[in-house]
Amino acid sequence: MDSVAQRLSVVGAGAALELRGVTRMFGALAALTDVTITVRPGERRAVLGSNGAGKTTLFNCITGDFPPSSGTIRFFGEDVTHFPPYERIRRGLRRTYQISALFPGLTVQDNVYLACRGVSRGRFSLLRPSQNDALMHAADNLVQAVHLSAVKNQRVSELAHGQQRQLEIALALAGAPRFVLFDEPAAGLSPAERLELIEILTSLPAHIGYIIIEHDMDVALRVVESVTMMHNGRIFKEGLPQEIQSDPEVQELYLGGGHG
Amino acid sequence: MSVTHDARVQVHRPAATAPRPAVRGWPEFNNPAAWIVAIILLIMPAIANGFFLIEIFATTLILGTIALSLMFLAGYGGMVSLMQLTIAGFAAYMVAVFGTSDNANISLGWPWWLAVPMALALATAFGTLGGALAVRTEGIYTIMITLAIGAAFYYFTNQNWAIFNGHTGINNVATPHFWGVNWRWDIPFYYVVLAVAALCYFAVDYISRAPFGLALQGVRDNPRRMAALGFNVNAHRVAAYAIASFIAGLAGVLQVWNYRQISPGSVSVGACIDILIIAIVGGITRPIGPYIGALVFVLLRTFALDFLVKIGLDGNRFRLLIGLGFLAIVFWSSDGVIGLWQRWRASQRRETNRPGGGRGHG
Repeated sequence: MDSVAQRLSVVGAGAALELRGVTRMFGALAALTDVTITVRPGERRAVLGSNGAGKTTLFNCITGDFPPSSGTIRFFGEDVTHFPPYERIRRGLRRTYQISALFPGLTVQDNVYLACRGVSRGRFSLLRPSQNDALMHAADNLVQAVHLSAVKNQRVSELAHGQQRQLEIALALAGAPRFVLFDEPAAGLSPAERLELIEILTSLPAHIGYIIIEHDMDVALRVVESVTMMHNGRIFKEGLPQEIQSDPEVQELYLGGGHG
Repeated sequence: MSVTHDARVQVHRPAATAPRPAVRGWPEFNNPAAWIVAIILLIMPAIANGFFLIEIFATTLILGTIALSLMFLAGYGGMVSLMQLTIAGFAAYMVAVFGTSDNANISLGWPWWLAVPMALALATAFGTLGGALAVRTEGIYTIMITLAIGAAFYYFTNQNWAIFNGHTGINNVATPHFWGVNWRWDIPFYYVVLAVAALCYFAVDYISRAPFGLALQGVRDNPRRMAALGFNVNAHRVAAYAIASFIAGLAGVLQVWNYRQISPGSVSVGACIDILIIAIVGGITRPIGPYIGALVFVLLRTFALDFLVKIGLDGNRFRLLIGLGFLAIVFWSSDGVIGLWQRWRASQRRETNRPGGGRGHG
């Protein structure tokens, strides 16, 4: 009787992210049903599925934007099921949004600075940062990493769509992320910008794992080592990218026709 | 999108080592207009008589500071609070209750240097509690909750005789005397009011670029994303109410010293809404806006009466003028008089730049 609990805690401690029986209801509609996923630290995984498969709801449950109706979520062994979003973020979880969720009234630099400040002390500080403030430098480096240095003093509302998507990623990489959830980072990007995105994702430090929701197979399968297929709020298939691509059922459901 | 690639090309230029823009400094120091205004305000007692000094300028600065506390919440935090005048009025009542007045049954007779900190602490606590209720809501519901708090306080002061002395209020509130100066004499009082207003103005301007103020603007733009960056959004909002309440409380202390009395009429629902009108008319996006709005309001309130009587209307219709002005501002300039001024300046600059060729500016 002890052994089950023990085994679970061992599994939990070894995983970056562990979901057990996560269900999310919206009224009578089940957006997620009994989802169980385990992701290793440093693992990079794609979540695929048609619209309404529950991919974004899954992200919202993991970050706490919506709490799950039932089930448990562990983050590096710690049960975070009932934590508010900011507590999960402070533990190293990050996410991006499908529709850019930025601060349009602030400059690029201030957006990134806020992201750096959010995961460190002094969130309530009433003192302006000095010239050689460590977080200001961290923000500078992040702005440079996503190729936005030239526009760093512009308001976000003035940026082009592609630049906003890059900033979206920068906000998710502030501080010391341990695991990132990317929600369709390539949405609306040009082919050239997609290449830039792939470069940013593949050059992340190896210890940072992520889950990426992506409709574009060319992007998704080049930046991940495992794939989870979702359908109608359930896990439909899990496996290596090649397995999923060649799976007849998957091909029939999602890849048939349009995929070249 | 070619813009992205331009940006990428420029990464290799030494952009990271470029000097930080003036945004983080004190922009007003380079502005001659700001210096002229500051000098005029400082030498005002030499220009203006007692009536202008107190009834126009001190009153403007006091109302402007209360509206500044609303600007801080609404402009930076996206929270429209209609209870800022109520908090100021609460501080005013507390000065009367803890200090000295005609009514020895109520006033405890503490010296001003004890009564004022007590009043500020209680007003801050009152506003923070109200804020803690209001931050659970957004938009119109925040307005309704804070308006309800304002209305409840107004009716409470009307009906409570033990502390607030009902509809008569508390009269002949003592004002500070020390160093041989009666600080309610016109000139010393003007300087006290000016100093407090300047302090509040610069504090708000400074905090807007500090981590707390930036985070507050982040909360205004996208609370959900702020939570996903590690911020406790509601705690930030409540803290903003605490700061705004302290500012409103300071203005309330000045207000009770100004009139030497406080009664429910000063904390009526109409007066609460006047603060919103002042902030909107002046411009709610920058700290200077509320003071401009307050000046417009006080000038209209003081002089529209004579003007209206002259053209054969009831003098009490000055609110009609304010209302028309408010409508005009809301229709044509969502950022108030300050926005009109900025657009006019921008168009002037464009005119002068035209012969020299199109130098774009944002």
